[in-house]
Amino acid sequence: MKVKKIFWQSNNDINRKSALFNSLILFILLIICYVVISDLRHISNPQDKIFPSLQQIEQGVKNSLTLNEAGVISLLADTSSSLMRFFIGIILATAVGVFLGIGLGVFPFLESLFSRFILYFDKVPPLALLPIIFIFSGLGEPTKILLIVIGVSPSITLDIYLRVKAFPKEQIIKAITLGANKYKIITKVILPQISPAIINIVRLNLINVWLFLIAAESIAASEGLGYRIFLVRRYLAMDIIIPYVLWIAFLSFFIDGVLAKWAKYQYPWYNK
Amino acid sequence: MSMNKKEIAIEFKNVKHGYGEKTILNDLNFKIDQGEFLTIVGPSGGGKSTLLRLLLGEEIPTQGKIKFFGKEITEPTKDFGIVYQNYSVFPNLTVLKNVAFGLNLENDKFGYKYFKSSKYIKNSKQIIKNAKEYLEKVNLLEAADKFPYQLSGGMEQRVAIVQALIMKPKILLLDEPFSALDPWTREQLQIFLMELYQKEKTTVIFVTHDLEEAVYLGTRVLVLSPHNLVKDVIGSKIIYDAKIKEPYPRLSEFKTSLSLNKILADIRKFAFV
Repeated sequence: MKVKKIFWQSNNDINRKSALFNSLILFILLIICYVVISDLRHISNPQDKIFPSLQQIEQGVKNSLTLNEAGVISLLADTSSSLMRFFIGIILATAVGVFLGIGLGVFPFLESLFSRFILYFDKVPPLALLPIIFIFSGLGEPTKILLIVIGVSPSITLDIYLRVKAFPKEQIIKAITLGANKYKIITKVILPQISPAIINIVRLNLINVWLFLIAAESIAASEGLGYRIFLVRRYLAMDIIIPYVLWIAFLSFFIDGVLAKWAKYQYPWYNK
Repeated sequence: MSMNKKEIAIEFKNVKHGYGEKTILNDLNFKIDQGEFLTIVGPSGGGKSTLLRLLLGEEIPTQGKIKFFGKEITEPTKDFGIVYQNYSVFPNLTVLKNVAFGLNLENDKFGYKYFKSSKYIKNSKQIIKNAKEYLEKVNLLEAADKFPYQLSGGMEQRVAIVQALIMKPKILLLDEPFSALDPWTREQLQIFLMELYQKEKTTVIFVTHDLEEAVYLGTRVLVLSPHNLVKDVIGSKIIYDAKIKEPYPRLSEFKTSLSLNKILADIRKFAFV
C-alpha cells in the first residue's frame, strides 16, 4: 500500500541531492532579484552606485585583488589581518571560557566568587565598553583582541559552566571509585565529554566574534575586512562592500562548517 | 576452607540519616560479611539510593556510624566498585578504554604519557592485555572497539560490571543495574552476575526494587521499607533480613520454585502492611 505523504510529516524524507538543490533556490532567487533591480536602476540612472551591476562588482573584486598604491593586495591583506585577530580572539576567549566555566562548575568557592560577577558583565553590551577599552589600552592590536575576549568569553563561560553543572554525578562517583582524583575527573571525565559541546558553543559564538571584530576594526585599524568596509562606505563603493560582506559571510560559514565536520569526525559518540 | 572465619566487611551502627527535618533512614543496625551477595530491596523512594550514597561515602549519616573493615567511611574510594542503572559507562570511550579506564589512571602516575617512559609503555601494553582478558571472560571481546551507543543495554551493563571488577574492589555495589532491561536480557544478566560472583568471590551489594530479583540473586536479602509496624518511627527501616540458602548455580527454574515463592510470601507478610 502506498503511504500518502503530507509535506509536514516526518515520513516525507528528502534525499540529499534534492535537499542540496532546494537550498540553492533562495540563493539563485536573491541573485536574480538583485540583477533585475540593478538593471532597472541603471536604466533610469547609469551612474547608480547603490546597486552596482555584476560587472561592476567583478571589477571591484578585481581591484581588491590587484596591488594597490600601498603595494598590497587589499583583499588578501585585509583577510589575513582580520583572520589573525579573529582566531587569536576566539582561541583566547574559548580558553578563558573553558577554564572559568569548568572552574565554576567544579569548585563551589569559585562559583560563589565569580558566577554573579560574570552574569553581571555578560549583561553589559561590549560595544558600550568599546570607548572605555580604547581609552584604557589605546588603538593597537591588543585592544581589538581584548574587545573580542571581553565580548565573547562571558557567554562561553556561562554556557560551559551550565554544562559542567548538569554533568551526571554518577559519572563522577564512578570515576572516583576507579581511582580518579579531582584533577583527573576534570581532565579525563568532564573535559573529554563536554568537548563536542564546547565546539558547538564556539560555533554559536562565531557571529559575535565577527561583530566585535568588525566594530573594533571600524574604529581603529589600518587594514582588515571591517576597516575596509567602513573606509569605502564614505565613497558609497558598494562594488567593494557587497563582495566584502559576502566574503565575510563565506569565511564564517566555512569556519563553522569545518568545526561542525571536525566535531562529528572527532566525537562520533556525541548526541547518540 | 579459608571462608571459615568471615570478616565483617560493612557494619551499620545505629545509623539515622535525613535532610533537614526529614528522616530518610532510621535505626539501621546490620553487618555484612565478606563474600556475601547482599540484595537490598524496597519501594521507590524508600531510601535505597540514600543508603547507597552513605555506603559510598558521598554522604555522612546524621547519626551513627558506618564502618568498612572497622574504619569509618568518610569519602568515596577505590574500595568500592559501582554500577549504576544510567550513566553506567563513559559514553566517550570505547568498550576497551572504558574497561581499562581505572588501570590507565593508575598508570598515569608512572606517567608522563607525553614522555612515554619505558615503564609507562610496558604498563600500557599489560593493561590492554588485561582488559582484553576481562572482556573475553564476559564475551565482549568483539565489541572492544565499539562505543557505548553502539551496544545494547545488556552489553553496556556488562561493560560497566567488568569496568568495576577489573579494579578488584573489595565490594561491588550495583544500583538497579538491570531495571531498564527487557525481561530476557535481564535474566541473562542475572545469571551472568551470579556466575561472576562465584568466580570472583567479591562481596556484592545489589540494590533493586524487584522483590523476585532480590531473592533470586542474593545469599541474603534485606528489605528496606517505610511501611512500619511501629507507626511512630519515621524513615525507612530494615523490616526483613534473611539468608537465602539455595546454592549456586541457581537456574531460572528457581524463580518459579516453591521455596522461592515461600520466601516471597513471607516477605510480603512483613513488607506490605
